[in-house]
Amino acid sequence: MFHTDEIILAGFGGQGVLSMGQVLSYAAIIDAKETTWMPSYGPEMRGGTANCIVIISDRRISSPIITRFDSGIILNQPSLEKFESAIKKDGFLFYEESTIITPPAREDLTVLKIPAIKEAELMKKKQVANMIMLGAFLEIKPVVSMDSVLKALKKVLPERHHHLIPLNEQAILRGRELAAQQIQMTV
Amino acid sequence: MSTDVLTQELQQGFDCVYEKPDTLTDTRFHYCPGCGHGVAHRILMETIQELGIAEQTVGVAPVGCSVFAYHYMNIDMQEAAHGRACAVATGVKRVLPDRYVFTYQGDGDLAAIGTAETIHAVNRGENILIVFINNAIYGMTGGQMAPTTLAKMVTSTTPYGRETDWIGFPLKMTDLVAHLPGAYYVTRQAVHTPNAVRKAKKAIRNAFEYQKLNKGTCFVEIVSNCPSGWKMNPSDSNKWLEENMLPFYPLGDLKVPEKA
Amino acid sequence: MQEQISKEREIRLMKGNEALAEAAIRAGMHAYFGYPITPQSEILEYLTEQMPKRNFKVLQAESEVASINMIYGAAGAGARVMTTSSSPGISLMQEGLSYIASAELPCVVANVVRGGPGLGTIQPSQGDYFQAVKGGGHGDYRLIVLAPNSVQEMADFVFDGFRLAEKYRNPVMILTDGALGQMMEKVALPPEGSLEHVVPEWATVGKPKTREPNIITSLFIEPEKMQAVNIHLQKKYKTIEENEIRYEEYHTEDAEIILTAFGLSSRLCQKAVDLAREAGIKVGLLRPITLFPFPYQRISELAHDAKAFLTVEMNAGQMVEDVRLAVNGKKPVFFTGKMGGIIPSPEEILAKVEEMAANINNLTEVER
Repeated sequence: MFHTDEIILAGFGGQGVLSMGQVLSYAAIIDAKETTWMPSYGPEMRGGTANCIVIISDRRISSPIITRFDSGIILNQPSLEKFESAIKKDGFLFYEESTIITPPAREDLTVLKIPAIKEAELMKKKQVANMIMLGAFLEIKPVVSMDSVLKALKKVLPERHHHLIPLNEQAILRGRELAAQQIQMTV
Repeated sequence: MSTDVLTQELQQGFDCVYEKPDTLTDTRFHYCPGCGHGVAHRILMETIQELGIAEQTVGVAPVGCSVFAYHYMNIDMQEAAHGRACAVATGVKRVLPDRYVFTYQGDGDLAAIGTAETIHAVNRGENILIVFINNAIYGMTGGQMAPTTLAKMVTSTTPYGRETDWIGFPLKMTDLVAHLPGAYYVTRQAVHTPNAVRKAKKAIRNAFEYQKLNKGTCFVEIVSNCPSGWKMNPSDSNKWLEENMLPFYPLGDLKVPEKA
Repeated sequence: MQEQISKEREIRLMKGNEALAEAAIRAGMHAYFGYPITPQSEILEYLTEQMPKRNFKVLQAESEVASINMIYGAAGAGARVMTTSSSPGISLMQEGLSYIASAELPCVVANVVRGGPGLGTIQPSQGDYFQAVKGGGHGDYRLIVLAPNSVQEMADFVFDGFRLAEKYRNPVMILTDGALGQMMEKVALPPEGSLEHVVPEWATVGKPKTREPNIITSLFIEPEKMQAVNIHLQKKYKTIEENEIRYEEYHTEDAEIILTAFGLSSRLCQKAVDLAREAGIKVGLLRPITLFPFPYQRISELAHDAKAFLTVEMNAGQMVEDVRLAVNGKKPVFFTGKMGGIIPSPEEILAKVEEMAANINNLTEVER
C-alpha cells in the first residue's frame, strides 16, 4: 500500500514556517520520496500569517493543494482557528504553547503542546523555535529519516547561516525529547 | 575631412556626379521632394561605407516616414514597432556587443510613443547610436502634431496653431537625454544646407567611432523639414526651418566626451 | 513521466519559477529581458544572481513593453531568448508578440498567470487561456502554448519551448500560474548545454558582401504580400497542429465522465479522479499539454464512449469552449471553476462529479 503524509504548517510570517516545510520536503527528496511544498504567498508573508502544505508520498502526488491534513504544526492562534477543523479524524496536532491562548478542542486528535519558544530562548536563539517544533513532529511522525533532515538543513539554510547548523540540529533533538516526554506522560 | 566624399567630389570638378555608396540599395527613395530624410539616409550610409563597417552594422527602422529605411539601407536591419526601436536595438546590442547598432527614428516615434524606451536606453548607456529626425510633425500619417511641434505651429490636429496652454509644449528630447549619465555624445545637427550636411555627417562619423569605445549612448538629432506636412515648397521649408526651428532647437553639441 | 528521467539529471527541490529559470540557463539561453511582477519575480532574481557565474545575459527592462521588444531585437539577431511575466505584464506584451509572430522570431515567453481582470490579485489563475491560445494581440497569429502542471514540467517545457520555437520560427508561450511558480517539488534538471543552437541564416548579424541584407520585419504594405504572409503563417500553424499536439490521459479507458483540465487544474482533477474511483464512479481525465495546438480530435474520439464531460478551470470557463468545439454536441459538456485567484479543491470537483454520476443517463447541458 502506498503511503502519503499530508501536513499543514502555519504561523506568523518570520517564524520560519516556510523553511520548516522546506526542510521536510528536501529530506523527503533525499529519502527518494515524492514531495510537494505549496506556500501561501503574497503580502500576507510580510509579517502576516504564513502557511505551507507539505505532501510526502511513495508515489507521484496528484494535487499539491488539499483541504484535509494528517497533521498540523501550528505556531499561532489565527492558524489554529483556521486549521484545527481541517485535520483528518484521529490526526495529529502540534502547537507552540506560548502563542496559543485557546487550546484545540477536538478530542479525536493526538495533541502535543510544545514550549518551543521558551526552549529556544534557553538555547539563546529564538529563531530555532521552528526547528524545535519540527523535531517534536518528527519524533511522533517520522515521515522522513533524521539523517536526511540533517542533510536537508544544509540545503535549505543559506550558506551564510551554515554556522548555525549545529544549533538547528540541537533544536531538532530538543524538540524530539520534548515530544517523547509528553507522549510518555499521556500514554 | 579628407575622406569626406562631398569634399572630394567638389574638388574633383563640377561635372562629377555623386556616387551612390554600396550601403544604399538601388531602390529609389519614396520621400517627398526636398525632404531631409533622403540626405540623412545618405550621410548615414556613406559614413558606414567609409568606415568599412557595413558588415558589422545592424540598423533598426522606426514607424513613421522612414519605416521603409531598410528598403534603402543595404545592411542587415530590423523593423521595430512604433516607438520601440531603442528597446529592439538594446536587444540586438546585448547579444551582439561587438556590432555597430543604430536606430533611425522620427519625432513621433522617439519623443512621443517611444519616450520611455529612448530615455531608458540612454540612461543605461546602451552602446548604440540613436539618430533622431526632428521635423516637428507626423509626416506619414498626414501632418498631425508631434511632441516637438513648435508653439503656434499649424498642423492637421492643431488647425489653430499649437496652443501650449492646453496641449503642452514642444519637447526638447535632445536636451533631456544630454543630462543623463549614460549619454556619451549628444549633438543637434541639420541637413538643410551643404555646410550643415557636412557637419551632420561628421557628427554621425564621431558617433560610430565612439561606439567602438563602449562608453555610452550617442544621440544625434537632425532638425529637418517636412515640405508636405508644413505645406511649403522645399526652399520655403528650409527657410522656415532656419527662421523658426533653429531658434528653438539650436544646432551644436550638447554633450561631448571629456578629453582623456 | 518521471520514470524516464535519466541518471545524468541533477535532482533538486525547487520552486517552479526557479526551475524554469535554471532550465533556461541549462538550455543555453543567451539572453533574458524582464520586468518584476508578482508572482514571477523569482525568475528575474534567480537569473540576475546566476549571471556572473554562467554564460548568458540578463537585463531588467523599464517595462514589459520594452522587454518584449528587446526579445524581438535579440531573437532577430539570432539569439536564444526568453522573457517572463504575469498577466498584466503579458497584456502589455501583446503588441510585441503580434510583431514577433509576424516576423517569425523564435522565443519563449512564460506567463505565470494571476487572477484578473485588471490589476487583479497575485493569486493563481487560468484566466489568460483565451489571450494565450486565441491571439491576444492583433491579427491572425498563433503562439505555441505549453501548459505545465508540475515543477518538473516548468523546467522541461523550457527545453521543449526553445526546440519548438526554433523549429517553427514561432513564439512559444509557457502558460503556467502563480501556484506552480511558487510551489516546490522535486525536479530533475537536464545537463547544461544539452540543447544545440545554430545561429539562423536569416538573423541580422551584419551583412557580408556575399548575401542580400537580412531584414526582420512585420510590415508588408501591399495587401497581396500581406495575404501571402498570412497564408504562409496559416500553413505553418496547420503543420504545427499536425505534428505537435500533446496530451495526457488518466483512467479514460472505461470512463463515463471525462474531466478535461490543463495546468494546475489537471492536478486537482487527478486527485478528484482518484477519489471518485474509490467511490466506484467511472471517471477519467484528459489533460491537454499543448493548448495550441489543441487535442480536438482526441476529445472528439472520447465523446463516442463517454457519457458526459466536465471541464475544470481556474477561470469563468475558457478552455471549455474548445472542449465543446471538439465534442460538437455529441455529449453534454459541463463546466466548473473558480475565479479571481481561488483554487477549486479536489473535493469540490468530486462533488460535481458525484452529482453528474447520480444522473448520468439524463444529463442535459443547461448552462449557456
